[in-house]
Amino acid sequence: MTVNDFSFTSGFWNIWITVLTVGNILACWWLIRWTAKPRKDEAAAGDVTGHSWDEGTLAEYNNPLPRWWLWLFYGTMIFAAGYLVLYPGLGTWRGTLNYTDQNAYDKEMQVAQEKYGPLFAKYASTPIAELAKDPAALKVGQRLFANYCASCHGSDAGGGAGFPNLGDKDWLYGGEPETIKLSILDGRNGVMPAWGQVIGDKGVDEVAAYVMSLSGRDSDATKAAAGKVHFDTYCVACHGADGTGNPALGAPNLTDGSWLYGGSPGVIRQTITAGRNGHMPAHRDFLGEDKAHLLATYIYSLSN
Amino acid sequence: MDSQTTYNYKVVRQFTVMTIVWGIVGMLVGVYIAAELVWPQLSFDLPWLSFGRLRPLHTNAVIFAFGGSALFATSYYVVQRTCQARLFSDKLAAFTFWGWTLVIISAAITLPLGITTSKEYAELEWPIDVLITVVWVSYAVVFFGTIMKRKVKHIYVANWFFGAFILTVAVLHLVNSAALPVSLFKSYSVYPGAIDAMVQWWYGHNAVGFFLTAGFLGMMYYFIPKQANRPVYSYRLSVVHFWALISTYMWAGPHHLHYTALPVWAQSLGMVFSLILLAPSWGGMINGMMTLSGAWHKLRDDPILKFLIVSLSFYGMSTFEGPMMAIKTVNALSHYTDWTIGHVHSGALGWVAMVSIGSIYFLVPKLFGREQMYSIRLIDWHFWMATIGVVLYIVAMWIAGIMQGLMWRAINDDGTLTYSFVESLQAMYPYYFVRFLGGALFLSGMLLMAWNVAKTISGSRPEDAPVPQTA
Repeated sequence: MTVNDFSFTSGFWNIWITVLTVGNILACWWLIRWTAKPRKDEAAAGDVTGHSWDEGTLAEYNNPLPRWWLWLFYGTMIFAAGYLVLYPGLGTWRGTLNYTDQNAYDKEMQVAQEKYGPLFAKYASTPIAELAKDPAALKVGQRLFANYCASCHGSDAGGGAGFPNLGDKDWLYGGEPETIKLSILDGRNGVMPAWGQVIGDKGVDEVAAYVMSLSGRDSDATKAAAGKVHFDTYCVACHGADGTGNPALGAPNLTDGSWLYGGSPGVIRQTITAGRNGHMPAHRDFLGEDKAHLLATYIYSLSN
Repeated sequence: MDSQTTYNYKVVRQFTVMTIVWGIVGMLVGVYIAAELVWPQLSFDLPWLSFGRLRPLHTNAVIFAFGGSALFATSYYVVQRTCQARLFSDKLAAFTFWGWTLVIISAAITLPLGITTSKEYAELEWPIDVLITVVWVSYAVVFFGTIMKRKVKHIYVANWFFGAFILTVAVLHLVNSAALPVSLFKSYSVYPGAIDAMVQWWYGHNAVGFFLTAGFLGMMYYFIPKQANRPVYSYRLSVVHFWALISTYMWAGPHHLHYTALPVWAQSLGMVFSLILLAPSWGGMINGMMTLSGAWHKLRDDPILKFLIVSLSFYGMSTFEGPMMAIKTVNALSHYTDWTIGHVHSGALGWVAMVSIGSIYFLVPKLFGREQMYSIRLIDWHFWMATIGVVLYIVAMWIAGIMQGLMWRAINDDGTLTYSFVESLQAMYPYYFVRFLGGALFLSGMLLMAWNVAKTISGSRPEDAPVPQTA
């Protein structure tokens, strides 16, 4: 249990909660008994009480409490008492069933693991490239993808601004089967530093012109030439001298006309100025090796 | 007119008319956002027309503007009639009317602008919260002041409920809205994290319990016996269910936070007290319904009584549904689905709106010196439009909600989820459309009411009824 559900700041609050809870239920019980008790010189059942309001137009019968309603009331109170013995509720009392939300979750996950684990495990020993020819495995992989990956990469794996397209041949970290699997298991952090402070607005403008020229797009030749100087100083370390990038760092290829965050001049300038922080979460603990294997298979199959 | 020989009907008339006006405004916004869920392009990409900004406007308008005005009107009327005394202070009563109107107008401006605390049903920013506090304290002074100067010994049961509603709402508002202002239109709650969530839903559920239940039970306890011309069924029952209701409602809030970061002991208490709440809630329904015993035939041709009694049926239904939904295993299916929306509307439209409508049809002729409403037939029409509207609404939301709950938990043979979220959303189109129809029908009924009331009022010479001088 990561959060201690039963910690109170002092023993006082434990007693406070317990007394209030039990007291409220007992008070309801007492209230029913007390009200049901006949009193001296009160009106008979079925007669009016004698109170009257609004120029005599409002009165009240002294009818008894309906029996079925009383049983309903008692029933819910008895249920409450039973529940508070079995489950946590009365201050630090943990309940005889030792229930916590965390325990319940763990148990459910364990059952699911026992039931579904073997379904995934049976594919684990087949190499990804080979498994990608198995329609049954791909079907499972596709469903896993829809559950866990589609919220960022899209249900067609086409990606979006900041989220890579997984259906093309363009890979930031490499498209080898085992590399894909590693991206899923351990996640990736694609960090591009902010250069705005270093090279200034003019420098950003020039580097942007140069970057655009790398993929053969129109740009101001003078600016591009000036930008190359900056590029050779600051950018080569990750993107390489020819701008083709470096999969070991996840540094994108700038010459292929494929843009992770968008390729318009404004977005390129924004990327250079403020940098980027791409984050793919790790799934090793959450999904485990077997599911990651099937996911990698499905993703690999999209472009192979 | 300000003499002590008559009742103060002026403030009752003002709140009564505004109840209808705000009802139409609030429900119109509701129908519009229901339409946005079917045709999303209706937001026209304007931020102030978007669902996220109009939804709090809808909830605030129907709960606090429509429901609040109905409660002010009826409580001011009932407390005077049953205490045989004019309101404690005419000036303060007038202040509550204009102050409350200012609160509503401020809400109608700030919420579409996106100025919000983001606390559900308590979205208004701190300057408006301060105004609410001042108005509410004045309301309490007027109400309890009138009780103090009453000419009859016993305090009528309707006034217990109105009193509990006024006191508790004051406490709820003060505690939940406690915030640190950082500018004129921005403040931060003083509570951290899970505690903030717990305080919010302690407030949120008691807003239902005391604003929308206790207050309207007060209304029920006056207008049903009056319209049926029968004594209240059981004094004993009213004593038991009053005290049990107000003490157990206080605990029910955590059922809004099942399976969250809220400690599990608090979730358990929320669940068991929500279940205990069933009998006390039904106490009010039984007392109202059984008041009609021996006079059931009146339901055949009295549409006002139909409104009042059917409102109790919806009350009974929602107060059964609520405890069921508070059970953790049921909640696991129903939470975050449209079932909750359906549940709220069977209470809000079926109970709150219908009991208010019935009470207003009773009140208007008396306040404006008429024998009866301009058209009884139109009340009957209104009754059927309202009833069919609510039924369409809640049935659509039951199906939608249960379907969502089942689709979200449906799994394939390999344990993966069968449906994506968008697929469950796509499946909602027909039900969202039926909900829109139900809401539109209910709103049309309100327009019919406005016309009927306008015809009743026009040319009338309202007079304040005299306070009987002998006790």
